[in-house]
Amino acid sequence: MSMLDDGPDWNFELLEQYDAEIGALAKRFRLKTYPNQIEVITAEQMMDAYASIGMPINYSHWSFGKKFIHTEQNYRRGFMGLAYEIVINADPCIAYLMEENTVTMQALVIAHACYGHNSFFKNNYLFKTWTDASAIIDYLVFAKDYVAKCETKHGVEAVEHTLDACHALMNYGVDRYKRPPNLSIEEEKHRQEEREKYLQSQVNDLWRTLPKGEKTVHKEEFRFPAEPEENILYFIEKHAPLLEPWQRELVRIVRKISQYFYPQKQTQVMNEGWATFWHYHLLNTLYDEGKVTDRFIMEFLHSHTGVVAQPDYNSPYFSGINPYALGFNMFMDIKRYCESPTQEDKEWFGDLAGSNWLDTLHFAMENFKDESFISQFLSPKIMRDFRLFSIEDDSSKPFINVSAIHDELGYRQIKEQLSAQYNLSNIEPNIQVYKVDVRGDRSLTLRYYPQAGKPLAASKTEVLKHLHHLWKFDVYLEQENADGTVLKLSSCRTEGKVA
Amino acid sequence: MSHFIDRRPNGKGKSTVNRQRFIRRYKQQIKRSVSDAIGNRSVTDIDSGEQITIPKRDVSEPLFHTGKGGTHKRVLPGNDQFAKGDKIKRPPPGQGQGSGDGDATNTGEGEDEFVFSLSKDEYLDILFDGLELPNLKKTTVNSSTEFETYRAGYQTEGIPSNLDIVRSLKGAVARKIAMTSASRKELRELEAELQHLLGDPHHDREKILALEAKIEELKERIAKVPFIDTFDLRFRNYAKRPVPSSQAVMFCLMDVSGSMDQATKDIAKRFYILLYLFLNARYDNVDVVYIRHHTQAKEVDEQTFFYSQETGGTIVSSALKEMQKIVDERYDPAEWNIYAAQASDGDNWSDDSPLCRDLLANDLMPVTRFYAYIEITTRDHQSLWNEYQKVSDVWENFVCKHIVSVDDILPVFRELFSTDSELRG
Repeated sequence: MSMLDDGPDWNFELLEQYDAEIGALAKRFRLKTYPNQIEVITAEQMMDAYASIGMPINYSHWSFGKKFIHTEQNYRRGFMGLAYEIVINADPCIAYLMEENTVTMQALVIAHACYGHNSFFKNNYLFKTWTDASAIIDYLVFAKDYVAKCETKHGVEAVEHTLDACHALMNYGVDRYKRPPNLSIEEEKHRQEEREKYLQSQVNDLWRTLPKGEKTVHKEEFRFPAEPEENILYFIEKHAPLLEPWQRELVRIVRKISQYFYPQKQTQVMNEGWATFWHYHLLNTLYDEGKVTDRFIMEFLHSHTGVVAQPDYNSPYFSGINPYALGFNMFMDIKRYCESPTQEDKEWFGDLAGSNWLDTLHFAMENFKDESFISQFLSPKIMRDFRLFSIEDDSSKPFINVSAIHDELGYRQIKEQLSAQYNLSNIEPNIQVYKVDVRGDRSLTLRYYPQAGKPLAASKTEVLKHLHHLWKFDVYLEQENADGTVLKLSSCRTEGKVA
Repeated sequence: MSHFIDRRPNGKGKSTVNRQRFIRRYKQQIKRSVSDAIGNRSVTDIDSGEQITIPKRDVSEPLFHTGKGGTHKRVLPGNDQFAKGDKIKRPPPGQGQGSGDGDATNTGEGEDEFVFSLSKDEYLDILFDGLELPNLKKTTVNSSTEFETYRAGYQTEGIPSNLDIVRSLKGAVARKIAMTSASRKELRELEAELQHLLGDPHHDREKILALEAKIEELKERIAKVPFIDTFDLRFRNYAKRPVPSSQAVMFCLMDVSGSMDQATKDIAKRFYILLYLFLNARYDNVDVVYIRHHTQAKEVDEQTFFYSQETGGTIVSSALKEMQKIVDERYDPAEWNIYAAQASDGDNWSDDSPLCRDLLANDLMPVTRFYAYIEITTRDHQSLWNEYQKVSDVWENFVCKHIVSVDDILPVFRELFSTDSELRG
């Protein structure tokens, strides 16, 4: 077997050779993937893809324009390089290669995206449960058409206003525990029409349950919703009294897309770590087997080192923990303590230390998300290598307290805290639909359950305005503190209403 | 197996519609930014694109998130000095690593503003949004004007993209019916005969075979008529016809007398450049005639108009006479929409002002669609302004405006050419 040409220029034939080699290796390491659809695009097209949240197609909205302008500006001024790749969780799995990259970079991206991310999408439990890779592109096509149709029918501005409102609540449009049914474009189209009719009547029914003529005061507290609802957009779609059918459909579209991205938010470290581990491992194996040149591997290592660099907390380049660095090092570390465990590893990981590394890696990739992955697999060695320390910033005290460092006493605490840092419910404030005054003024009340006394930022008032646009009656936001006291935070009331 | 696709030919611009949406949404802010910027530009660099700055809070999309306060815990990498229990002084707000993970900052530009560039076209579009030449009328069908394309029936030859499939197939079906009708009639008869023979118990076997062979042959013949033929193809035909268009001429009259100091001239030039850009951006068929005057008026080219240093005393009527002369020679009012914009510091030889009024009221205004007079001065108005006021009392399409500083240029310009005729006042 002769060596693969190391370019630096690439051509399609060469890319196919690299892909074939990498694909064969991936099979050897049991990476099960969707078929790959690899698309070569220009830098401009890459910016287009950036702007529409990485999807090849999306509905039109000004916020994507804003994002595009922002990206373009930064890119032109040289503040940022574009990502080497974008990969889409779809079946077939779509990956973008940028035309100006060298063949080495293209090979890196193929290994990283088309075999790393792709296998993660296909096998991780969150993606398996929550997303339907075969339907997403169809669904986006449906969404784009539907939004465009609404714009013709109801005006760009009305549609934009509704979408703005939905976007403000996008993070509250996911089911965290129930598994959503699979999307199917045919079904979706068919059901959409039925929904239009049904939904409207059902909503009205809710209000029609008012007892007629009886003056009896209902002693027992009638609560609606019976249980607090955390999926605010779902609640709006099903129960907002005055929404037009097409608006409900828009709410649903935003909700579905939000749900699709939900697993990605929870697996950043793992997903990037897994892909980085595999590009590193696959390309190094190619080199070990004499299939790529020295020049190739040097250029590859140069980029790879940049990707997994972790600036220190006091570096001007610091912007949080680099998920590529943490994920990559953790997977490398798992491999290490499977192959040559130390006494410490045996204490921490029991049977895991010394097991078959490939089995363990696949097991970890398939069954965890960031939070649980860290609390299960983070070893003291990584904490020492990263020199992790944890701080506690209590606003009531004049100082920031260093609560743990990378030593015997601190390992467990740091591990626990780092894991919590990736727990979505710690990152996004816990806000739920608490009650609707069905028998009174139809006002909607949200409740915020603060964690560690963190208050909501001032943007809440703006978000409430958006919520009011959807609900169309008064909306209130309350805060329920740990001690059970309830505090009124903000409200948005219908203007011109007589109190 | 992977599948490679070359998407590069697909072209960029997938986000164009989103970009336009963005610009539409923030039109007010962008307009403000554009108006602010126009005064700061040099005279020569007035038509490049523009950096637009919008306060970031205006373009932010609100989300629920936690704010400052409470207890924030965080794990950080790269411990170089701390031990458990150390107390760190809180970094001053706004720098260092706070607890909020905002977007990556774009160093240098500051975080509070959303900055981006408009292209030249977008810039001019916004600058001249809602402006037009007042009283513009469609005048003549001129040989050099534009054509519109319209549908003109069908033709038998054309390019594939113009192929009318439905029409072609209709023709094909008709042709097929026509060309096979004789054969089908014969076929029907033979088949009936065959049925008849088969029903006959004493049928003649040979006769049946002959009939069947003939039927077979007929069927083949029918089948051989092609379902579509080049003969059937019909292509949509397009023809062009000239459309009446509006031709207009703009007279730019500028006072370059000694009393016009550098600042005043600069303002006048800015005004004319704006006018020039506006006409270029919005109208295809506009002639511009440049006239400079001191005691004498002269028609000049663009370069001379904006850059010549020649100067002298002031007789405004000379410019009006020059304009009158040019109109008579070259611009028949029946075919041309005539406009004029005159800029001066209002300083005129006092006996000349009544003459100017008469020239305007009697000769020029009847043939002019719109006449704008801009007086650039910080002093009181003089005789010229007063005489011009009299003209504007009689003629609605004569407007006098007063400019004091560079900042007035755009507002005055917008008033003059606003689509809302109320504003022009």
